[in-house]
Amino acid sequence: MVLTANIVTSLCLLYAFSTIGERHEKMFFYPYVLLLIGGVNGSFLTGDIFNLFVCFEVMLLASYVLVALGGEKVQLRESLKYVLINVVGSSVFLIALAYLYGTLKTLNMAHIAVRVAEVGQDPMLTTVSLVLFIVFSLKAGLLLFFWLPGSYVVPPTAVQALFAALLTKVGVYALIRTFTLMFPHHPEVTHTIIGIFAGATIIAGCMGAISSRNVLSIASYNIIIAVGFILIGLAVGTETALMGSVFYLIHDMIAKALLFLIVGMMFYLTGEKLIDNMSGLVRNYPLFGWMYFLVMLALVGIPPLSGFVGKILIGQGTIEANSYVLLFLGFASSLAVLYSLLKVFLSSFFGEAIITNEDKKPIPFFSMVSFVALAICIVGIGLFAEPLLAYVQDATNTLVNPSVYIDAILSEN
Amino acid sequence: MMILIGILVSVATYLILSRNMIRVILGTAILSHAVNLLLITVGGLKTGNVPLLGHADAPFTDALPQALILTAIVISFATTAFLLVLAYRAYKMNGSDDFRELRGMSDE
Repeated sequence: MVLTANIVTSLCLLYAFSTIGERHEKMFFYPYVLLLIGGVNGSFLTGDIFNLFVCFEVMLLASYVLVALGGEKVQLRESLKYVLINVVGSSVFLIALAYLYGTLKTLNMAHIAVRVAEVGQDPMLTTVSLVLFIVFSLKAGLLLFFWLPGSYVVPPTAVQALFAALLTKVGVYALIRTFTLMFPHHPEVTHTIIGIFAGATIIAGCMGAISSRNVLSIASYNIIIAVGFILIGLAVGTETALMGSVFYLIHDMIAKALLFLIVGMMFYLTGEKLIDNMSGLVRNYPLFGWMYFLVMLALVGIPPLSGFVGKILIGQGTIEANSYVLLFLGFASSLAVLYSLLKVFLSSFFGEAIITNEDKKPIPFFSMVSFVALAICIVGIGLFAEPLLAYVQDATNTLVNPSVYIDAILSEN
Repeated sequence: MMILIGILVSVATYLILSRNMIRVILGTAILSHAVNLLLITVGGLKTGNVPLLGHADAPFTDALPQALILTAIVISFATTAFLLVLAYRAYKMNGSDDFRELRGMSDE
């Protein structure tokens, strides 16, 4: 598990390096990014549920500042809502922690898992686990995502990409940890609810993505779809499905970062947010245009790219567990993703070039480097999926058999 | 104790659901106090010795909830301070502290 966390973290850091070239205006931007990454790494690595809370808070506080940084009207308005929702969410998290401590007298995740297994998961503990579920799904943007499109659209591009790649994924990661390690004993209650939530999330996200005409909100709704898709794997809970989820999580971090960077660059180049007002970008910037095409294919899950393996594994898992509804929803969502992104591609990259050669802005060199690096990652993950799968399998093994993890943690003490 | 927490939570909920920005922020502050009280209550309000090695024979008070609350207080203090500044800036920029006037995405 820590192995995956480390792989993912280094990918995030790589990503952070690649975006650093883009920002040149605001003071104190980098310290907050570092704080954010510190919080994210902390929540990936921690084995204590209260430390998870603290790392969440570090990460969220940094993200509050990053959303508000710049101080435009819209930013302040959206960030206020974002902060309020998350503060209330954190309080609820703390309430759940209080009850957990009250009943089990421990906060170490491995220890909790042992105690839960000892006393059996009574209704009280199931309720606590559901409270935790609500909190994490608030952070992950699972069904309770109403805050997400608003607050992800307003900050500057590099921040958007960081948020898209990391914040929701931390919530997803916490969900996976909670329900495989600590509360796996009542799948008929908890996992059914996760399944329903995942399905509803996908449906709502698809509606949003298809109906929207703003590139930024199309991209945000795509985050929501991906979160739903990853959690299908958790809801099904077979080993293959979990393996798919972990793999897809890694893929999605990179692909979403690239998608958001490209969308932000489109906005920078044309000064327009609506897809109707852009066209012919591929004539002006051929490499850039085909990069978008690549990330679109990866998100849809076309074979040689990184999304394919994750989708296949989750699909296999759902078939093993006979949950055909989730299978159908998952693959229907691929079509919706394809449709929404293709809409952007057709209307803004093809067609008459609106930017003449004279007033064409060059793409900054460093952002082009980061695009290419991320694109190489996507292709690389797709092509070298086999060795990567060994690690993913390792991680999944600890997820499916929590005892491996528990022994590893508790024997040290 | 539980009754007090219940009252605090309901007050906080009422305040958070109101339209005025300052009231909402006060609501979150009260909510965090309620949660802290809850933490110490479920942690057990035992009366015992100080948790030091020298007094190991007598039953001692569990110190962990207090540590948790200390952390939680610091965090909620930071977020509340940040929220107040943010609210002030938002009020300056948007000229309103009423959430009803602040709502909505600018239509696409």
